Amino acid sequence: MTSMAERITSKLESELAPEHLRVIDESHQHQGHGGWREDGETHFRVEVVSSAFAGKSRLERHRLVNAALAQELADRVHALAIVAKAPGEA
Amino acid sequence: MSDVNARIDAEVKSSDVVLFMKGTPQFPMCGFSGQVAQILGYLGVPYKGVNVLEDQEIREGIKAYSNWPTIPQLYVKGEFIGGCDITREMFQAGELQALFEEKGITVKQAS
Repeated sequence: MTSMAERITSKLESELAPEHLRVIDESHQHQGHGGWREDGETHFRVEVVSSAFAGKSRLERHRLVNAALAQELADRVHALAIVAKAPGEA
Repeated sequence: MSDVNARIDAEVKSSDVVLFMKGTPQFPMCGFSGQVAQILGYLGVPYKGVNVLEDQEIREGIKAYSNWPTIPQLYVKGEFIGGCDITREMFQAGELQALFEEKGITVKQAS
């Protein structure tokens, strides 16, 4: 079975062609909180560096990531923390 | 515009700063909502908290309204600013304070 982290990784790779991509499952940190599920895969953090973000505002960047992961957010991803940078940004 | 959209639109414009959140400013029920409430509290900005946990229609409707899939959502003068990460990054960069001042909203601590 494909894990949610793998699904997120493959969607972001195909949509944003990132130079750097890190997908971290933080579900265990939210144990017992709203949206948490026994079998995990609900809370994720993604760090993306992509030229698709160049010249775009924070809001536009996050919208690109949210749009790429719309299905995952609808399925079971409850919280998505996003760090979106263009190449060359610190 | 559907009923729920009209209700949300009225909420968004009911106050200069509106935060759609889980829980209330005094008792946030989620860490992400709590972070934004804390930042607004630190800046001493008056705002209206709308608890989406109390209203399923608004909880779902706000996501369509802003085309943004998660809670919290911060609005300033009717404009969607972002969620927790954007608010925090803007605060850390001093951009949130600048935005409030630009919109004529008094910020207590300028740093």
